[in-house]
Amino acid sequence: MDKIKSIEDLRKLREQAKAFLRTRQGEVKVKIYISMGTVGIAAGSRDVLLVILDELQKRNFTDVQIIERGSMGLDVEEPVVGVDRDGVVVYYGHVTPEMARQIVASHVINGQIISDWVIAKE
Amino acid sequence: MKELSLNILDIIENSLKAKAKNIELTIVEDDSKDLLLIEIKDDGVGMDEALLKEVFDPFMTTSKNKKVGLGIPLLKLEAELCDGGVFIESKMGLETIVKVYFKKSHIDVPPLGDLPATIVSIIATHPEVNLKFKHVVNNRTFEISTEDLRKTCEESLCTPLVLNSIKTFLEEKIKELHGGV
Repeated sequence: MDKIKSIEDLRKLREQAKAFLRTRQGEVKVKIYISMGTVGIAAGSRDVLLVILDELQKRNFTDVQIIERGSMGLDVEEPVVGVDRDGVVVYYGHVTPEMARQIVASHVINGQIISDWVIAKE
Repeated sequence: MKELSLNILDIIENSLKAKAKNIELTIVEDDSKDLLLIEIKDDGVGMDEALLKEVFDPFMTTSKNKKVGLGIPLLKLEAELCDGGVFIESKMGLETIVKVYFKKSHIDVPPLGDLPATIVSIIATHPEVNLKFKHVVNNRTFEISTEDLRKTCEESLCTPLVLNSIKTFLEEKIKELHGGV
């Protein structure tokens, strides 16, 4: 994609994004929780969030809502990412950007939980 | 925190927890005054005088999940090491203003870091909040708000495609402020 240099470029992009939204069906299917308290931020949750956005865009997946949850009291496990899919919430700990990409690919999109990284389930 | 943009994200997270709906982030870099100023103003619930006295105490936190709050105390320490400081003003139910000063030329000033990443993280997770961002470098100014972006992008604002593009757009603009290249 070309670099966006002005608001005008963003406007053009809107049409593309709209077409994207039209293909989306029904309610949001997956919710991704990301912990952004002081410890989460210091441990790198911002980078993890950006990688998740990037991966979702690459894979054209929009049935997803990203929710920020503040500190979840799991500071030693930060950055913590939760995925709410098919009625189960699964939390992953010590998530690196590289892990985040895999979580998006296998769990968020294909519903395959990566059990080795799971720290809690709800 | 490795960079100031992470501290900024941390302060804004506090504003969001205080139920702010409008947040103004202003960054001023002024070489003639040798000043780096970060100001965050929000319209959250605010703090009373007792709480305002306690915010610099690491053993005070409003979170139920934990016993210590290190965001503001560590930032204050960092700023003071650079001949600067952190000042907070608050009016209950009205507004809270956090001002962070640094002596810009001081060798220990952390880099501003990835501001676009901070801004996009906030828009992605809190699309309902209005964030105004103003960045002044010497006499050049760049200003943008979520409202402007929403007008331009309508309901598609929070798709990953648009968010990623906003990030590259901000990167471009901030680079221009610092003289391009």
